[in-house]
Amino acid sequence: MRALRQALRAYPTLLRVGFAEVVAYRAEFVVWILTTNMPFVMLAIWHAVAADGAVGRFDQSRFVAYYLGAWVVRLVTSTWVVWEMSMDIRNGSLAPRLLRPLHVLLSYSAEHLAAVPMRFLVVSPVVVLLLVSARQHLTLGEPGFLLVFLLSLVGAWMLIFFSMVLMGALAFYLESSLGLFELWLGLHAILSGYLVPLERLPGWVAHLAAYLPFRSMLAFPVETLVGLETLPRAVHDLGIQWLWVVGTALVALTVWNRGVRRFVAFGG
Amino acid sequence: MKTLLRYARLLVLQLKMSLISGMQYRADFIPRGFISLVWLGVALIPLVSVFQARPSVAGWTYPEALVVVGWFTLLKAVLEGAISPSLTSVVEHVRKGTLDFLLVKPADAQFLVSTAKFEPWRVVDFLGSFAIFAWAFTLMGRVPKPAHVAVACGLLLVAVLVLYAFWILVVSASFWVVKVDNLSYLFGSLFDASRWPISVFRGVLWFIFTFVFPLALMTSYPAMALLGRLGPATAVAGLLGGLAFVAVARRVWLRALGFYTSASS
Repeated sequence: MRALRQALRAYPTLLRVGFAEVVAYRAEFVVWILTTNMPFVMLAIWHAVAADGAVGRFDQSRFVAYYLGAWVVRLVTSTWVVWEMSMDIRNGSLAPRLLRPLHVLLSYSAEHLAAVPMRFLVVSPVVVLLLVSARQHLTLGEPGFLLVFLLSLVGAWMLIFFSMVLMGALAFYLESSLGLFELWLGLHAILSGYLVPLERLPGWVAHLAAYLPFRSMLAFPVETLVGLETLPRAVHDLGIQWLWVVGTALVALTVWNRGVRRFVAFGG
Repeated sequence: MKTLLRYARLLVLQLKMSLISGMQYRADFIPRGFISLVWLGVALIPLVSVFQARPSVAGWTYPEALVVVGWFTLLKAVLEGAISPSLTSVVEHVRKGTLDFLLVKPADAQFLVSTAKFEPWRVVDFLGSFAIFAWAFTLMGRVPKPAHVAVACGLLLVAVLVLYAFWILVVSASFWVVKVDNLSYLFGSLFDASRWPISVFRGVLWFIFTFVFPLALMTSYPAMALLGRLGPATAVAGLLGGLAFVAVARRVWLRALGFYTSASS
């Protein structure tokens, strides 16, 4: 209980530190954001495809809504904690973090959460563009959808964060878990709806995607945003997303707790 | 002639070194190969999705677009197997100041840094690209003409040179702005767009991908040559443009080297 109170007191300061770091490395920050350009390329392609009529439920303006939405959701929910963790574990810089009177995962989460406001700032021009160009598809005018969408953003952030913690914690056991992360990135690109809306994928891939957590990380919030889901369906999917969050968090924490006991830092 | 021979010998030596160090981690071959296959799927599935909706997009049919993906996979194998591993380590050298040790060696520094490291397991991607070509031409029910293959190979050479020149430009940037590793990610993410035929892009994107960051030259033109659709004027323009790029990159590298100030002291 005392530990929790302590953590709560430290958290705002940690957030401020994280935010200061983002501001300090702002050029890098912008380059990283430019790296996320795939939705725009895919949008250009689908826009050309849909020029002579709608593709399924997607006409040109819905493609615009979908990909701009996917870009915004991706940037707001993404973290890169797996890089830091596997670095910290491998070169021993995890040791000073372990010494602090605060759970290591909490301090990681603060650093990454602190980048979110800055990311909102960067994506805001695209949000305006989205509102102007594809307004008729957006569901945010209705409070029910708005609430589900906001909760799904939180869920997506947590699901991605805990998946990364899980992969990072595997660095306690494997020599490098970054290969695993690369695999994850490839699967995520296809199965989360980042490159292609899930319903436009070839049948068997779409089927596979329905049973995996990747949909909850991106496609579900975006589909809710651009009116591809009915409200009861969205609520149902929100439940599934949060089940994935809880499940992944439990596994990640278990692997972390067992792994940290194996941790040996060299040098000093 | 004598210097050329000497550099050829050096290249063989560097390749051998990479192969030996690669063989130390031969167990990596299988997971790495598997990851390569997954990324091949990542490149193919959007293509399948798009052509599922329409039989032809911007004048390209599905098998023709597959040829572009084939070139993309081939170039990616070259980029990630032979170009980027070496040049990524230059950034590290500049940051730590260990470039000194390379500069004092009696050989051209650009040559040394560019051949420092190869990743042999990228052969998997290389083979993958040939599988894609075979599949595409089976779907079309014909084989490419020898003359077309020759032009395509010539353009491939230009494409590799341009790719390399771009990397040299990125690396040269590291002499001014030290933290450049994410520039290389930016480069990689832009390169990803080259799996699509250039004519699907319109307006600004088309202009950028044709003239500024010439993705068209890298994958679409070789593919068109292989399909026998490339006019001779475009081929010659591509060739000259590519060589100009390489010349500019060499000049920039030499200038950038002048700005190198080592570390510490």
